[in-house]
Amino acid sequence: MGGVHPEENKFSENAAIEMLPLPKQVIVQLGQNLGAPSKPLVKRGDMVKVGQMIGKGESFISANLHSPASGKVLKVDDAPDASGYRRPAVYIDVDGDEWVDDVDLSPGIERAIKLSRQEIIEKIKECGIVGLGGATFPTHVKLMVPDGKKAEYLLINGVECEPYLTSDHRLMLEKGEEVLIGTQILMKALEVDKAIIGIENNKSDAINHLNTLAAGYEGISVQPLKVKYPQGGEKQLIKAVLNREVPSGKLPIEVGCVVSNVGTAFAVYEAVQKNKPLIERVVTITGKAVKKPSNFMVRIGTPISQLVEAAEGLPENTGKVINGGPMMGKALTNLDVPIVKGSSGILLMKKEESLRPTSKTCIRCSKCTVVCPMGLEPFLLSKLSKLAEYERAEKQKIMDCIECGSCQYTCPSHLPLLDYLRLGKLRVGQIIRTRK
Amino acid sequence: MNDIMIYSLVTLALMGGVLSIILYFVAQKFKVFEDPRIDLVDDVLPKANCGGCGYPGCRKFAEVTVEAAEKEHSLEGLNCPVGGNDVMKEVAGILGLEVEEQEPLIAVVRCFGSKENSPAKIKYDGPATCAFAHNLFAGEGGCPNGCLGLGDCVAACDFDAIHMNPETGLPEVNDKCVACGACVKACPRGIIELRKKGPKGRRIFVSCINTEKGGPAKKNCEVACIGCSKCFKVCAFDAIKMENNLAYIDFDKCTLCRKCVPECPTNAIHEINFRPRKPKPEAPPKQEPETVLATEKSSTQSETKPAGESNPDERAK
Amino acid sequence: MNIFTISGSPHIHGDENVRKIMYTVVYALVPAILVSLYFFGLDAVRVLLISVLACLFFEWIIQKYLIKGPITINDGSAVVAGLLLAFNIPSNIPAYIIIIGALVTIGVGKMSFGGLGKNIFNPALVGRVFMLISFPVQMTSWPVPKPLFGSDIMADAITGPTALGILKEGIGAGKTIDQIMADPNMPDYIDRLTGNMGGSLGEMSAIALLLGGIYMIIRKVIDWQVPFTIIATVFIVAGIFHLIDPQHYIDPMFHLFTGGLMLGAIYMATDMVSSPMNMTGKLIYSVGIGLITIVIRLWGAYPEGISFAILIMNAFVPLLNNSFKPKRFGVAVVKK
Repeated sequence: MGGVHPEENKFSENAAIEMLPLPKQVIVQLGQNLGAPSKPLVKRGDMVKVGQMIGKGESFISANLHSPASGKVLKVDDAPDASGYRRPAVYIDVDGDEWVDDVDLSPGIERAIKLSRQEIIEKIKECGIVGLGGATFPTHVKLMVPDGKKAEYLLINGVECEPYLTSDHRLMLEKGEEVLIGTQILMKALEVDKAIIGIENNKSDAINHLNTLAAGYEGISVQPLKVKYPQGGEKQLIKAVLNREVPSGKLPIEVGCVVSNVGTAFAVYEAVQKNKPLIERVVTITGKAVKKPSNFMVRIGTPISQLVEAAEGLPENTGKVINGGPMMGKALTNLDVPIVKGSSGILLMKKEESLRPTSKTCIRCSKCTVVCPMGLEPFLLSKLSKLAEYERAEKQKIMDCIECGSCQYTCPSHLPLLDYLRLGKLRVGQIIRTRK
Repeated sequence: MNDIMIYSLVTLALMGGVLSIILYFVAQKFKVFEDPRIDLVDDVLPKANCGGCGYPGCRKFAEVTVEAAEKEHSLEGLNCPVGGNDVMKEVAGILGLEVEEQEPLIAVVRCFGSKENSPAKIKYDGPATCAFAHNLFAGEGGCPNGCLGLGDCVAACDFDAIHMNPETGLPEVNDKCVACGACVKACPRGIIELRKKGPKGRRIFVSCINTEKGGPAKKNCEVACIGCSKCFKVCAFDAIKMENNLAYIDFDKCTLCRKCVPECPTNAIHEINFRPRKPKPEAPPKQEPETVLATEKSSTQSETKPAGESNPDERAK
Repeated sequence: MNIFTISGSPHIHGDENVRKIMYTVVYALVPAILVSLYFFGLDAVRVLLISVLACLFFEWIIQKYLIKGPITINDGSAVVAGLLLAFNIPSNIPAYIIIIGALVTIGVGKMSFGGLGKNIFNPALVGRVFMLISFPVQMTSWPVPKPLFGSDIMADAITGPTALGILKEGIGAGKTIDQIMADPNMPDYIDRLTGNMGGSLGEMSAIALLLGGIYMIIRKVIDWQVPFTIIATVFIVAGIFHLIDPQHYIDPMFHLFTGGLMLGAIYMATDMVSSPMNMTGKLIYSVGIGLITIVIRLWGAYPEGISFAILIMNAFVPLLNNSFKPKRFGVAVVKK
């Protein structure tokens, strides 16, 4: 149900993943994962190597951080994040690419899974793996299935339903084998024997490639899906693949599923088989005016400006820079912001596309209701939130909103539906927390 | 024809009579006792229903005051900011109590990051609500504590007392302010504070709440408090506190000596409704009555321009 | 330096807009407009032009001088209201009545609620019903169509009753259906389908209206469920009574192709602003319209009831919106 079909504009889908050269300075933000920020382990003047742990996730939902480059810690100080607010970060002046000793840097593919279930989860936790689809939920927490629940399926999310982005697509094509081994590792950690990789039909090459490879891996199958936004949402993917509905306010484990992104599966492979912590990820840099839309393997903490340089410069008429895709990405306040674990792409929008059309009055066409993948009434919720009727909004399930933006995308009156919905969610969330 | 008229009249009269008797008994049966003083108190309240007292509406405030008088024989902590001392005295009179005089308060906007002082580095395109913009980004000027200029405070004001100045992009409080506190609650960044109006409307305050270190604060805004502590050092009355790279003037301790104002290297301390300074800073301010309650004027301006001459609605650099 | 823009996601927007939706309705009305031009010639042009221009004029004047807000007459909603109003009135009606009708349509039906998107009732129907009650003679003297190229058997007749009017009168006089159908004024099936019968501008050809309806369904401006349910309800109820007493109740096909049922079901009941906002509500709303229409047609004082039916159900829309909600994701699922 619901969903929209925006223009795909996957300009970079044929650009092979390139290594981005190391920057002169990396800024590693300490709050890169969902949950509590990591605690810094280094101080000014310390020398660090690539892969050395520099931040420790101490609370339950938190993740470790590792140095993405070798060099000297310049300072541990606040740095402006994507929104312009200053958050704690570790600045490292880069002097080379010297790795810590125990990382396996050999190019070969390690197929045999030697570690036990418990060791796998421990390794994933140690290597700071978080969900790379964008939500950055710590993976090791996801793998600890709560008592009394049983995982039945592992779903690997290769949907990449956001327009423009191609990082997962390229990863599946170029690192298909590693993704499948990562999937097997996750299966072992979850003790499930079935894994399904969901891929949208617009990536037929990836479907074919993984289908061929999956023949050699027991229990892994590939399921082609219709192209529809927001199919990459956890709950939507489960519905599309298994036709199960995650109950409102519950996690996918409720219906026996755990969902992971292909990027995460790859990171899990690297961590478990190669002992390599999460210090780099594939980032798409794209946009209508970008001269060379491409996919880069980027070290965490690299300033976005360097990525833009590598795509042959900032186009003259750039009006908006988005971290993520056009439907759910966050607009950036400046280009010095570093890449974080959750950045799947950088989208440069032209001036003329970056401004919103003028909004008019609601004509009650109910198109937002039709496209809402969660069966909500965005027109009503945004109105309630505007009027500060938070209790009524809560009854109308405002907290179920996944902020996919389909309603605002489709609104013929160009109303800022999601903006108000988000505000309402925030307020209702605060009310719920105070109640407890 | 006549019969019909008579019948209907008689029936109606009977029904009316019977029903009124029933109603009378029902009213007696379900009568709720209400202290008559609640009505009396309610009558003297300003009926703005602004919630400035902390209760939803004047009626509730009347009930609470009567209850407090009944139980605690004091009206401590209860104040109608809109009515002020006059109304509170009347209320106390009705209840046979005394109230302390409260010094009148006024809302003060503690940010001066105007379009000039904190030029826009990014353009916001979305609904004009500070609450949403605050969650989206730090602000067009880049200051994470500065005024977003989208007017949630203006929308919250029931008294037509706060307006946006299109030139500076900042809200300005005028003398209609009754210190109900609606704007204070509406501001997602806590920029607005209720401060004492001060004698003849004179007050001094730090017009900045940026807690960043000096460097980044100054980078975003010309008139940010950089936490240099110069004012703190000069203050002889212990009225200035330094916390999180930010100076704060306690309006209870401040004697309005104005010494701190010229000390501030970024002109972040504002003095309001004072006479213009003489070239010699040690000259005592003349105690002439000031009729115009001018809105916030920064120290720099009051040095060059007499307060009486400036337009009270203008809040210049 | 390049100043970027910041805003909440989503950062792209679909190509739908209000203007486009409104003009889709206008294009969908084109076949019906052509049919009305064919049957009524210059009279149709006169009525259509006066109605549309008057609606635009009143919208403009109210927005400029009464509301003092932005002027939005080019969003097409006034054009749609004007066209639908014109479709609901006879072609020989005096100009001043049309102008009064347009004033009520825009002034009372739309602007008094606050303009586009806020009106409870379909504005064109408000205007139409006002005219019907205020000017009953002019509003029910239906001109007999004079096809541009057709035969002129009925050249002498200037006005005549509609098929539904003949039926209503006949039943009222105690005639049986066979006797009524024998009336020389009664249009035959082909005429009813193509619109060669007395009636208002837009009631003429069911085929032209259906064509426009299909276009709107393809362009996703209306849901097919609404007109379908209304027509199905009318058909079923009329069918049941026809089976019970065929001499008293005419066959259901007659009901489908006469009067304003098609116009109402396809263009008026589907009006976005005044129809419910979720599918359950829409279905109940449509069934209600169908039932009230057929009740008025079979037993009411007026020969035609769709305008009243839609207005009555419009009043229930807020209630339907509150009572029925779309199927929430993950709610009321049987737990595994």
